Parts: sequence; C-alpha cells; structure tokens
Amino acid sequence: MTRRAVITGVGVVAPGGIGQGAYWDLLSAGRTATRPISLFDASGFRSRIAAECDFDPIGQGLSAQEADRMDRSAQFAVVAAREAIGDSGIDLPGSDPGRVGVSIGSAVGCTMGLEKEYVTLSGGGRDWLVDHRLSVPQLYEYMAPSTIAAQVAWQAQAEGPVALVSTGCTSGLDAIGHGVQLIEEGTADIVLAGAADAPLSPITSACFDAIKATSPNNDDPAHASRPFDGRRDGFVLGEGSAVLVIEEAGAARDRGADPYAEVLGFAGRSNGFHMTGLKPDGREMAEAIRVAMGRARLAPPDIDYINAHGSGTRQNDRHETAAFKDSLGHHAYAIPVSSIKSMIGHSLGAIGSLEVAACVLALRHQVVPPTANLQVADPECDLDYVPNTARECRIRHVLSVGSGFGGFQSAMILGQPGAARAGDAA
Amino acid sequence: MTITGIRADRTRVLVTGIGVVAPTGVGSRQHWESVLAGKSGLGRITRFDPSGYPVQVAGEVPGYDADRQVPGRLVPQTDRFTHFAMTAAAAALADADVAPSALPEYEMAVVTASSSGGTEFGQHEMERLYQKGPSWVSAYQSIAWFYAATTGQLSIRHGMRGPCGVLCCEQAGGLDALGQARRLLSSGSRLVLVGGTDASLCPYGLVAQMATGSLSTGDDPARAYLPFSTAARGFVPGEGGAFLVVESAQSAHQRGVSHYGEVLGYAAGFDPRPGSGRPPVLAAVIRRALADAGLTPDRVDVVFADALGLPAHDAAEAQAIAAVFGPGQVPVTAPKTLTGRLYAGGAALDTATALLALSQGVVPHTTGPDRVAPACEIDLVLGQPLQAGPRTALILARGHGGFTSALVVAGNPAAPDMGVTGLTSAEVNPSVKGVPA
Repeated sequence: MTRRAVITGVGVVAPGGIGQGAYWDLLSAGRTATRPISLFDASGFRSRIAAECDFDPIGQGLSAQEADRMDRSAQFAVVAAREAIGDSGIDLPGSDPGRVGVSIGSAVGCTMGLEKEYVTLSGGGRDWLVDHRLSVPQLYEYMAPSTIAAQVAWQAQAEGPVALVSTGCTSGLDAIGHGVQLIEEGTADIVLAGAADAPLSPITSACFDAIKATSPNNDDPAHASRPFDGRRDGFVLGEGSAVLVIEEAGAARDRGADPYAEVLGFAGRSNGFHMTGLKPDGREMAEAIRVAMGRARLAPPDIDYINAHGSGTRQNDRHETAAFKDSLGHHAYAIPVSSIKSMIGHSLGAIGSLEVAACVLALRHQVVPPTANLQVADPECDLDYVPNTARECRIRHVLSVGSGFGGFQSAMILGQPGAARAGDAA
Repeated sequence: MTITGIRADRTRVLVTGIGVVAPTGVGSRQHWESVLAGKSGLGRITRFDPSGYPVQVAGEVPGYDADRQVPGRLVPQTDRFTHFAMTAAAAALADADVAPSALPEYEMAVVTASSSGGTEFGQHEMERLYQKGPSWVSAYQSIAWFYAATTGQLSIRHGMRGPCGVLCCEQAGGLDALGQARRLLSSGSRLVLVGGTDASLCPYGLVAQMATGSLSTGDDPARAYLPFSTAARGFVPGEGGAFLVVESAQSAHQRGVSHYGEVLGYAAGFDPRPGSGRPPVLAAVIRRALADAGLTPDRVDVVFADALGLPAHDAAEAQAIAAVFGPGQVPVTAPKTLTGRLYAGGAALDTATALLALSQGVVPHTTGPDRVAPACEIDLVLGQPLQAGPRTALILARGHGGFTSALVVAGNPAAPDMGVTGLTSAEVNPSVKGVPA
C-alpha cells in the first residue's frame, strides 16, 4: 500500500505579512514588500534594499528569553510552526511522538546571531583571538544551524527523525521533499517541514555584493525585484519562513482533516558545473522536472501553474525558461509561470518553503499569484509570466522549482488532494 | 513507485571505498594503524595561540597541507572543512576504484553532513568586513562559508549530478547522511559519495564550542577526554572526518569491486525537550535501527558509542545500551578518544572505523579511560584491541539539542586483509572487561 503525503497546515512569516492570511493578501494583490534595509546600516553597501519582515517576537507570542536568545531565523520558524500546527487542527499531544518528524531547511542558519556576537567578541573585528569571556551562553546555538530544526521539534513535541537540510537556495524545497520521504517510507506519520532564513545582516549583504548577485536599484526599492523583466539586474534579499504540517494521507482522512494539497512528485539534480554559474540550457533543472513529473505520473498538459525560481538575475531567468521548454515542450508556452520573489524577495533557503506555501494557497484559492514589476519584455524570457495581476484559473497541479548555489536544482509537483492518479490500485 | 521514487524492496547498500582525514592520520590505513596502536592525535592547539582560553587541547589533522591535497585554485576559494572533504572524498573514490566519468551522471550523488560550515573562512571575512569595509569581503565568501559548500564542490569535481544533499544534524549528521544515501540507492541512484567533515578550530569556532560548557579544560591530552570513566570531564574537539563510497550491490558487482561491508539498518530520533519528564530516545532509536536491520540484539558484536564524555550523558548512553543488550552483554568501544569529537565528521569516521574493524576482524579498544564509572554498566573494551572476529556493529551518534541516530553495519569477511594488526600474537589477551564488579 503506497503511503501518500498531504499538507494539512500552513504557517507563514513573510515580508509584508505575518500569517498565511496576510501572506496571501499580499501575493494575490501583487503588492511588493521590498524596501530600503532598516535592520542594519547599509549605507556602505552596493545593494541597500531588501524584503524585510515586520516581526515583533513578543507580539508573535515568544517569551522575553526566546526573543533575546533565539536567532531571528529560529524565531521565524517557531512562529510559522505554531501557526501551521494550529491551522492543521492536529492533536500533537495525542500523537505518538516517535512518529512525529521535522525537516527544516536553511541556507545560512543563524547568521545574524553569529555575526552580532562576533562583533562583540572580536572588539569590532580587531581581534583574531576573540574574547571568550564576552560570549553569550547561546553562542553555539548560532554556529550550528541545526538549532532551528531543534526549536521546531520542541514545538511539535517530535521524537522521530529531525533534520536541518541545507542545500543553499533549494533548502526549503529539499526540506519539504525530505519530509515527504519520511512519510512515504513509513518512518513518520506527521512531519513539520519548511524552512527559515534571516540573512539580512552585513556579512550576507557583503558576500552577495562581492559577486554582484543582488540588485543595486536602491533608488526604486519597491520595483527592484524584476524577475523575467528585460531590465532585471539581480535579486533582492529577503527573509522569512514557511512551515507545513505534512501527514500520511490515510491518517489525515481518518481524523477528518481537510488537506490543502497532496505532494505528488519531487526530485533533485545537481548541475555539477559551477558553484554560482548556470549553463543557459537549464539541462539539470529540466531533468529534475521530468523525474518529478514521472513520479507524479503526470504529463505537461496536466500542469496548470509553475511557481518559478525567478530570482531576477540575468542568468537564472534565462536558465529556468530554457528548463521549462526542455522539460514541458510546447506546453511551456501555455502554462502560467510566476515568480513571487518579485514581491517578497529572495530569502535564500527559506524561499522554497514560502513558494510551496504560495502553491498550496494557489491550489486552495484557484488563483495564480503574479510576477510583479514585469514591464519590459526580454526576448530570452518568452513564456506567460502572469505580469503584475493575479489570475483566476483552474489549477489542478502545480510545479514549483528551485535553483541554488552549489548547483542544486529541485522540482516538486503538488496537486489538489484526493484526486485519483493513473496507475493507482483500485 | 512512490512520489520520491523510493521502493519498498530495499536495495543492498555496500561500502566500497573509504577515505579518512583525521587527527589519527590522512588516509584510512594510517588511521587504522593509529587506532590499533592507540596512538592519539590529541595535543595542544597549534593553529593559533590558545593560551588565553580555558580549552587548549584539540585533535588537529597532522601535517595537512591543502596546497598539496586540493586543486590549486580551490584552496583560496574554500574553507578547511571543504579541503578535508575533497581529500577524503578523492581517497574514497580511488579506494572504490570509481571513475565517475564512466558512470551515468544522474545516478551518482553526493550527500554530506556539516555541523558548522566554513567557520574559519567566515571569521576571516567578518574580520575584513569590520576592519576594512564591505568591499573587502571575498567574492568566495558566498560559496565557502555556507553548509552546502562541500557537496557543491564535490558534485562539480566528480561530475555527480544526481540528487545531492546536505544534512546539518550537529554531531549525529554523519549517520543521517548515510541514512539518506541509503534512501537514494533505493530511488534510482547507484552510487553515493557520502560523509562529513568539520574544521571549526579557529578562535571563533572554538569559543563558540566552549559556550556549550561541554568541552574539556584538561591540559593533558592523554587525560582530557575520558568518556564513561569516573574522571570524565567533557570532550576534546577535533577536526576532520571521513567519506565513504556506498553503492548498490548491483553496481558494485557490475564494476567487479570488493566491499568493506554493508549498511543493514538505520534509525533517527530526537530527545524530548528538557523538563518534559520524558526519557531520552536513544534506546528506542537503537531498537528501531536493529528492527530495520532485521537483527536481534544478540546478533550485534560491537557497539561504537557516542561517548560524549560528560557523566550524565555517558550514563544515559550506557543505560540505553544496557536496556537493549543487557548490562555488559556487548563489547562497547569509543576509538574517538584518539581524535576528539569531529562534529559532522565524527559519526562518518566512526562508521569508517567500524567497517575497517569488521573487515579486519578486530574490535578496536578505547584509549584513555582506565576505569568505567559505576553508573555505566557496559563492557568497555580497554587496554588493547579485541581479536574477536566481529561481524556486525552498531554505531551511535548524538547531536547537541537532542539529535540521536543509530546505524547498523555488517562487515565483509572476504574483504582484503590490510595487514595491520597493531599487536604481536603474544599480546593478544582477553579483553579488559569494563563492567564494574
């Protein structure tokens, strides 16, 4: 008997809105949350804009100690996890903790805490031999990104497998894929899966400045993230978290849950080419899409929406467009494609989870969120990118893809829950 | 076929190559010689002056020269943890006699564990940022510091384009990476390069580790890390790790290569939140790993312990082992006292050591402790290796916060003899039993 994974709860901390309601309002309105950086003094940086979360940890229910000691990324994950658990209606205290797992993605972990403490311990960068006497007790929790998954495990009272997946900018998609694996293989019946990143700090900004990956369009922050637009000039950093409650489909049905979606297929491939560079042909992403579609037993006409990686760098959007054409053939031209990074920026590992959350909400609302800021056509990006305005349409299955430093390429197919699939046993 | 492609009929998972970069030596043979001889790699920290710190002893990789071990242009582009990984991975592939270019690119994957990423590289770049300004930060910071740096570099270097991955489960991650590699071999991959390394022995890395309060402040390398003993006082941190080539039996047979052994079972769990009143999960995780392997406890010949070196954690581990196997009913060993704890590299190296031990028919001993604490009712192998011909091993790993993993492996009795005994036959005696009288 095949075990299937359904999504029964969604929690979101995103730029422009905390909570899935505010998140969907932003996405469906095509509103952008990119603005001048306020979290640190960015005046000496090439890119001084970001999509920040208006996040008050105390207001979101964290204790004073949690607000003080937990890195911002872990705070995001905890708040998103609590919303997801509540949204799912699942009775975690009544569940076998050994059958509850956690799979959380993060590209850069607790960078903010790690950098802030470095500044203190090193005397503002002066001392290589940093002063251990100035160390805070939670310093190690900042160095080990596994902390984020541990915090979510405590929220979920999970005693099953717990993992922090860190595959750069595909971390979120890969962590959800990993969570689905745990359900399918029978290791867990309930998994909290998602991702969190809070990279808006000087060292992260500096490292993307150094390779000119981020947009220098500081004069027009609200329109700076321009995926698939002919004027695009890099991504705009973001932050946030989405956490999903994933359950074995039969158990979810038996408890009367109303799933948002079923995860139908997932695959990852690596380009084995370059840590940051992408070949224009999108070959390995196309392969990941083909394998995910095969596992979902779907053909290109079955896909009604593609949630693109759409980072807004020159090379990514071309790479990805080629991958869609390679894997979906002429159907690629007929499928709406959009990048929500146009609105909420690129939150590195977290973005994959926010994109899956957007897909889940798109399936629920039967609305495709738009690509904001798309005004000028690029001949190399010639698909239907749903410019600027959300679109109501029938959505049976969605494809979400991610691409990351290190060469990672991932693809996930989600569908409306409960639909019979070709090849299923009667 | 399921949506992730994992089949219910599980593929046999063989280990066909081992590569080691550890305080006990660079290369699996040198490591194994050190293990059998009880030759410690612990010493006073040399990479910086540790005089100002309460922790001054660590396990450093001796004589490692990245310029000779890593392709030239990659040395300044990557952190030391990735240097170690590139060396260990290349050694594992050579040991397995794999030419990746001859195999289907999408059927090979890289899975690594990392506990803290490129810490030393990161400290250097933060220093430049705060001393000189943002424009002084290296263009390589974005690809050297993050936890996925090693997997990305190995995938590129060896042309492995399958479903690559990175798991950060602190010190349990080395086993979780092997668990993930096994999943991949059941879902279309034929060969996975898997392992872990960490190298956070720079000042900021050491100070961050000290914040846990778990590090030993002992200044005598021979007495600083004494797990399960009455003198346990924390652990010594180390650097390095190991890589393995794991392969489906079909792939290994097609290539006509021998193997060290086989992964039989795996399980992972997470301890309940402190103060919840619930017990730690280790015993349950061991039982699940044994069930996964299809073995009863009496079929396990040796346990490679996590051996944290803190009395309460040692007692908890001993209780879990005793609960599953009975007090003193299975030999337990912790050769990691020779290396210190290598974080993500630790469990990967323990797995390598276990496979070497099984394939060579020897249980390595634990160097350091001379008396087992009364709270630890285990048969800790002390004094010298045990020529017991073990066939199966259980490897345990725990990570900060509650990560708990267990792996069951079987050795291949037909594996080539490495010709390293570490003992003369006259020295072979019954093991020193660690069970308190």
